[in-house]
Amino acid sequence: MSRQANRGTESKKMSSELFTLTYGALVTQLCKDYENDEDVNKQLDKMGYNIGVRLIEDFLARSNVGRCHDFRETADVIAKVAFKMYLGITPSVTNWSPAGDEFSLILENNPLVDFVELPDNHSSLIYSNLLCGVLRGALEMVQMAVEAKFVQDTLKGDGVTEIRMRFIRRIEDNLPAGEE
Amino acid sequence: MADAALFEFLHTEMVAELGAHHSDPGPGVSAGVWGEKVGSGGGQKMSLSVLEGMGFRVGQALGERLPQETLAFREELDILKFLCRDLWVAVFQKQMDSLRTNHQGTYVLQDNSFPLLIRMASGLQYLEEAPKFLAFTCGLLRGTLCILGIKSLVTASVASLPTCKFQVVIQKT
Repeated sequence: MSRQANRGTESKKMSSELFTLTYGALVTQLCKDYENDEDVNKQLDKMGYNIGVRLIEDFLARSNVGRCHDFRETADVIAKVAFKMYLGITPSVTNWSPAGDEFSLILENNPLVDFVELPDNHSSLIYSNLLCGVLRGALEMVQMAVEAKFVQDTLKGDGVTEIRMRFIRRIEDNLPAGEE
Repeated sequence: MADAALFEFLHTEMVAELGAHHSDPGPGVSAGVWGEKVGSGGGQKMSLSVLEGMGFRVGQALGERLPQETLAFREELDILKFLCRDLWVAVFQKQMDSLRTNHQGTYVLQDNSFPLLIRMASGLQYLEEAPKFLAFTCGLLRGTLCILGIKSLVTASVASLPTCKFQVVIQKT
């Protein structure tokens, strides 16, 4: 009886650590492959983007959220639905710009950085930069061009992790020539 | 806790990215460690070993986090069963479909619908691509076995997607 219960708990724990550990192995490998932190950051962003453009379909299929009418709704969906679904955390949405086109996601704890310490020679590395790419790619697929970047990072000694999201413009559907 | 889908998305992107980055053309044609035909050079072999190495480190890390009671295995076969049940469920949300052994240190673990191959068309169309999608997992198995005190060589083969076989050969020290 108890052996069954142990088995279940162990599986769950391993499962939740798998992504974090795999991500860590990826960042380590990229640091070996690329000479400087900037290139690693770019690579993480690019890979995140590629993931985001596919993840959005999975998200829309599983979450049943309807179309967002404005950037505020989008922010809430990202924080309360998407982050919860994929990373099990609910960042808070704060620091709205007066024009309503920028906000911050505050992550009290970032699951990606469990067990992680940045070595001294990688001070410019944005360890979780994959997340910014994912946000950018996913939102592009729902017609929003945005910029996402880390402005605070617990790995660098900040108290919280903060991602700043900026709405750039709406992406109009491009109809092929000849169709109206 | 990270959703299982995230691992799959990340893995697919890693295969694409590391495969492209580590393909450097080398001379000659060779048979890869993975049983596949390596084309005009060692390029594919290099990216496969990079992926395998990453899987190995992750497998070790996963193994290190198991509590002592789980590690009280009596026999080698118990460890392999653990991989087929607990590890596979944790990583792929399903158990391995079959485990066979010659009782002399070789085990064949078969998954009839391997989740990392599922999204690709079944059958033979992507046979050449399949090894890239198996390398990380081979390393994962090898890494967990390592922490459990077993040195092994793990290879994978695919006859027809999405069925694949992982061959574990225990290395006697």
